Parts: sequence; structure tokens; C-alpha cells
Amino acid sequence: MAAEQLTVAVAGRRRRAAVPPLALFLIKRLLQSVAVLVLVSIIVFGLLHALPGGPARGILGQQATITQINAFNAAQGFDKPLIVQYLDYLGRLLHGNLGQSYKLNQSVGSLIAQRLPKTLVLGALSTVLALIIAVPLGVWQAVRRGRAADHAITAGAFIAYAMPSFFVALILIIIFSDTWDVLPPLAPQASTLGGILADPRALVMPVLAGTIATVAVFSRYVRSAVLDNLSEDYTRTARAKGVAEQRVISVHVLRNSLTPLITMVGYYVPVMFSGAIVIEAIFNYPGMGLLFWNAAQTSDYPTELGVVLVIGVATVVGSLLADLLQALADPRVRGGIR
Amino acid sequence: MTATAPVRATPSRGLYRRVAGQLVRNPAAMISLGVLVAVIVFCFLGPFFYHTDQIHVNLAAKDLPPGTGHPLGTDDVGHDILGRLMFGGQTSLEIGVAAGVIATVIGMLWGAVAGYAGGWTDAVMMRVVDAGIAVPALFLLLVAATILTPTIPVLIVIIGVVSWLVPARLVRAEAVSLRTREYVQAMIAMGGGSRRAVFRHIIPNVVGTVVVNATFQVADAIMLVAYLSFLGLGVPLPRTDWGGILAGGLNYALDGYWWMIVPAGVAIVIVVCAFNFIGDGLRDAFEVRLRGR
Repeated sequence: MAAEQLTVAVAGRRRRAAVPPLALFLIKRLLQSVAVLVLVSIIVFGLLHALPGGPARGILGQQATITQINAFNAAQGFDKPLIVQYLDYLGRLLHGNLGQSYKLNQSVGSLIAQRLPKTLVLGALSTVLALIIAVPLGVWQAVRRGRAADHAITAGAFIAYAMPSFFVALILIIIFSDTWDVLPPLAPQASTLGGILADPRALVMPVLAGTIATVAVFSRYVRSAVLDNLSEDYTRTARAKGVAEQRVISVHVLRNSLTPLITMVGYYVPVMFSGAIVIEAIFNYPGMGLLFWNAAQTSDYPTELGVVLVIGVATVVGSLLADLLQALADPRVRGGIR
Repeated sequence: MTATAPVRATPSRGLYRRVAGQLVRNPAAMISLGVLVAVIVFCFLGPFFYHTDQIHVNLAAKDLPPGTGHPLGTDDVGHDILGRLMFGGQTSLEIGVAAGVIATVIGMLWGAVAGYAGGWTDAVMMRVVDAGIAVPALFLLLVAATILTPTIPVLIVIIGVVSWLVPARLVRAEAVSLRTREYVQAMIAMGGGSRRAVFRHIIPNVVGTVVVNATFQVADAIMLVAYLSFLGLGVPLPRTDWGGILAGGLNYALDGYWWMIVPAGVAIVIVVCAFNFIGDGLRDAFEVRLRGR
């Protein structure tokens, strides 16, 4: 009797708290993302003030006199309390003002606006190619688990993962540009996105260099997800009903194994940007990674920090989108995430 | 009835023996361990037997292909590549291991405190981790390297300080469940403090996760050093590391001087692979232990 009442009470409480779970999940996740974005802006603001001698020294150089520095600080508001400066900075950010590059005589915002799409195209091509290779590979490995082919591909994945992307890039250049001379060693140098896409041959190596390690990560992930699902009850039920094995894999198991991959791809955004620095530097691809690398070498702090901020925002938005897509695809997630 | 067996809150010594026993049965992990020992001996003891000058430039012997006198050839300023692999490997290994350990310790403490504290403290601490993950380590390192002079100790500290986020997440997840366990609750009921809970009960019980993750951290740190050096912001000359050797060979890749690139690249792949295989083996070994419980 008591137990029955308890069940009813619990059920009642559940019913009363029934804000649609997806909406609740959305609100929670959005609030978390805003908090993270504020923290990212604090990190970048902190880095700006971590410069030796403060931003004034960074901009005016080592030769600047105290008077010049004081005048600069007063003009830029750097003499105000830190909290006021931070709020001013945040206000400028919200108006899309990322500051002025020291070296390129252009606003950081416009520099990034020119380069970000190019990096995104390169990253998207690499990621899509990696998925096209990794999904069938992972499934095939799971189906043939424990056999020689599975072990061989696992070993290959470990090796691919351990290869720094610049090493992969150099090997590709040695093979395809130096030994065989079938591909150009430089990425497309066009200034527009259309111009870059018009030269697909020059895009092959930059895309491949970013793909190889990604295939290793994704295929491991698909393999273990498929293995998990193969041991689920619903798989056994499907088999018991006499569903053909190929259909069990391609319809039942694959669908359930691939939804978590959405999150995986979302969380891959920062990795993609890190890879872009090296790949763009090697192939001289005019994207945001190259912009950042050049800025790092010339101590162009506003550009460096602007890029860091944009990547931070892209990462937060990427993982938010991934979580939302996954919540839409998989109802279990809505209740499962904190 | 009154006399109860002493409750052991920390894992027993037998645990490590059982984990070691499992690890020994994992061929990939054991081969990797052997390879790793061989690489360490090669880098740190090799120079005592194979003498080369890695400081001075010798243009008379530059760009030599592998052959007698120089088994792996020489680079663009005449350094013997085999000797340079040993010399650079010392830097890569020193920074990788030290930075990996620093990252693991910071992450473990951060995660244990967040998970044990719960509530707002946990929420704020974990949002800091999210923000840190949103700013990729390589970017922070490149910004830091333009502000600081990248000596070995500086690189160890900054790589350690930017790579503790993943262990923090892993340890927090375990701490959240550990703090509700009866033995922790009992200790709190007996008047034990938070510090005791974190250091005597949470941390000793996440040791499996931490040890497994530490091996991956070291592998990642070795890669990060290589990336930094490759991008020209690694240890200053005359020191170098494997990434620095690769960077030096970059401009010669199109001249067919493969020996300036391949040995250092292969060294990175071997060591990173070895650490990852050992980590994988350790994870399996700890999982067997959990299943047995």
C-alpha cells in the first residue's frame, strides 16, 4: 500500500515537473554556452593583459616613451579599472569590433571574415572525406572483429593517429609532388573562395593531410559504437525475427551507432582549427590558420587574440549545435545530459 | 558483531599486481613498453657511445645522404642526423613526460574537487573546463610562445597548464559517483573533512583512470612540442627536438633529401604509438579488475 502511494506520488511529481524535456534541455544548454562564452572572452582579455608591459608596449613597441604610453592608455581607456575595461571590451565584441591588426593595417574582423570561410571549406572537405572513409571502415572492422583484418586496421589507425599532420603533409609532398609530380606542392592561391574551389587538384593534398588522423579517430569510434550495438537486445530480436544480417547492420545497428557521431563531429571543431594552422602553413593556404601563424611570428597580438576568440565561439556553437541535433535525433539524450 | 573488519578505502597493493598481471598478457602493450625503453636508452645513453657534434655548424659535411660515417646522413648545416635524433629525442621525451605529469596532476585535483563539491562550485569549475577546451591548446601555446621565451622549463609548464582539461573531466565524472558511496558518507558522518575525502578517498580510487589518461597525456604532449617546434616556436637553438628536426628539413623535402624528414617523423610516430598502446593496455587491465569486483 505504502509502496503504491509512493509510486503514485513520484509519478505525480514527475507529471507536474513536465516542462517539455527538449525545451528544458535547450534552455539549460544555451545558458551553459553563454557562461562558457563569457569565460572565453575573459581568457582572451586576460591574455591581452598578460603581454609584457601591457597592450601599450605591444602596440607602440619597446621604444615608446612613458608619455606616449600614458597618452595611449588614456586614449584607449587602459587607465580605467580592469572591470570597466573588460566591460568596454565585451561591448566592442558584441558590436563585432575585434580591434585593429598591428601589422596588416586592417581591422581584425575584416581579416578574419576573408579567411574564415576558406578554413571552414578546407575543414569541411577533410571532415566529410574522413566520414566517408571511416564509417564503412569502422563497421567493417566491427563485423570482422578479432580477425587479422581488424587487428591490421587497428594498428594502422594507431599509426595514423600518431602521425603529426605536418609529417603526413611532407610525406604527401615527397610522394606526389617530388617523386611523381602529379600534384602541385602549394594549395590554391586564389583570393576568393570560388577561385580556390576552381583548382581542385591543388586542394587534394591539403585535404588529405587533414583527413588521415581524423579517419583514425572516427573509425575507432564507429567500430566501438557498432560493437556495443551488436550486443544489444534489439539486435538479437531483429536477428531472431529472421532479418537478414546485412539489414540488421545497415538499418538497425548503423542508425543507432551513428547518432553519437554527430556529437563527435561537433566536438571535433577545435581539433580541426588546430590542424588548420599547420596544414595552411605548409601548403600556404590563405585561411585563418595561416593568418594566425603569421600573426604569431610577427607578434600581431590583436590578430592572434581575435582568431582565438572566433575559434572559441565556433567551438562553443559547434558543440551546442551537435548536442541539439543529437537531442533531436535521439530522445534518450534529452533526459540523459545534465 | 562489534568487531568489524577494517574498511579499506584505498585500493590494495594486490590491485597493482593484478593490473600488472593483465598488462603482461597484452602483447601490444608489452612490445610498446620494450620499444619505449629502447628509445629512452637510445636517446639518453646513445650519445655516450655515438659521439657527434650537435652544436657547431660544419658546412663541409652538409646535406650528405645516408652512408658510411653518417648512417642517417646529415642535415643542412652538417649535423649528423642519427646523433641529432638522440639529442632532439631527449628534449621531446623530457618535455612530453614532465608536461604530461603536470597536466595529469592539475586535472586530477581540479576534477576531484569539482566532483566532490558538487552544486555551484562544480558547475563553475566545469564551465571553466569547457571554456578551456573551446580555446585549443595549440593556439594558446603559440600566443604564450610569443610572450615568453620557450626554454625547456617554460615549455613544460605552459604545455602542462593548457592540457589538464581532459583528465579534469574524466576524474570529475568518477568523483561525482564516488562521493555518494557509503564509505565516503560514513567518513563524513564520523566528522572527516573535505580534504580527507578528496585526498584519501576520491583520488586513490580514480588512480586507474588517471594512470591510463596520463599515458595519453604524455603522447599528446610529445605531439604538441613537435607542432610548436615545427611552427618555429619551440626550444631555441642549439637545443632541438624531433619537431624541430622536421621543421629544419621542411625546405628540403622537394629536393629529395628525405633523410632530413623521415627519421624524426618515424621517431615521433613510434613513441606516440607506444604510449598509446600502453595506455590502451592499461585501460583494458584496469577494466578487467573492475569486472572482477
